[in-house]
Amino acid sequence: MSEDAVRGLIIAHSSLAAGFAAAVRQIAGVGDDVIQAISNEGLGPEELLEKIRVAVGDSPVVIFTDLPSGSCAFAARKIGADRPGTGMICGVNLPILLDFAFHRELPLQSLVDRLLDKGRVGISGACIEDGARADRAFSG
Amino acid sequence: MPIVLFRVDERLIHGQVVVGWGERLHMDRIVVIDDDLSASAWEQELYCLGVPAAVDAVFTSVAAARRDLPTWRDDPRRVIVLVRDLKTLAELAEEGVLAGEDVNLGGIHFAVGRERVLPYLFLNAEERETLQRIAETGVKLSARDLPGSRPVAYEDLLGSS
Repeated sequence: MSEDAVRGLIIAHSSLAAGFAAAVRQIAGVGDDVIQAISNEGLGPEELLEKIRVAVGDSPVVIFTDLPSGSCAFAARKIGADRPGTGMICGVNLPILLDFAFHRELPLQSLVDRLLDKGRVGISGACIEDGARADRAFSG
Repeated sequence: MPIVLFRVDERLIHGQVVVGWGERLHMDRIVVIDDDLSASAWEQELYCLGVPAAVDAVFTSVAAARRDLPTWRDDPRRVIVLVRDLKTLAELAEEGVLAGEDVNLGGIHFAVGRERVLPYLFLNAEERETLQRIAETGVKLSARDLPGSRPVAYEDLLGSS
């Protein structure tokens, strides 16, 4: 993987970001140099912004957040508003992060488009009362 | 319909407000009172990205809010009003405009000079004085980060660190 590959930053509530990062590390074998985690816990808006600014540095980055309506997403949008080379994905899930870990050499726009598709496909399910079709929902 | 939540929260529109309170209170509208934000269209756009499609978001100045408060109280829509700091709340509360209003202290976080009052409420000496002034105007203050949390009345607040 090129050193110019896009880096990832997960910003989420409580310990969610650290949990996601740990799961990606366990499955994909990548560390903080690829995907870094930030929690908003106990941070005011300015402190969170500063923490994100330090973490994103100057290279291309995709910022993943949990809620589209949260303070994490707001801070990420504020950073991205005047920072070229910033992708953003709200409602992050593990399939998105794993795909990111293996495709981060793609151009940023292509990468973000791809990750949005992967994230949507990564959600499936069925109501248990609809037993005849429930198995299909888990087959991908 | 009265204002369903009047809250001081430096994060303004964020998860606790939109999901934690908004879902519980079935909000129809968010009003953010902030002089800087009311003059910044791009920042308003950023905040609006986090607002559910069915919810109306309005950004207004302190002066306009003092004029429009009676309208919001009479509006059939369920309104959550947000200010980011105690200074703004104090300006709003001048001359008893907010007398009798329940105001929720929901999130003022650590910064240099502030001391912990509650896990989600940090105040410096000036803010404590401002809070006292606000209380003297008749505002009913209490602290509570989420609907499921225990509310802490103003009278108990400054001794709870």
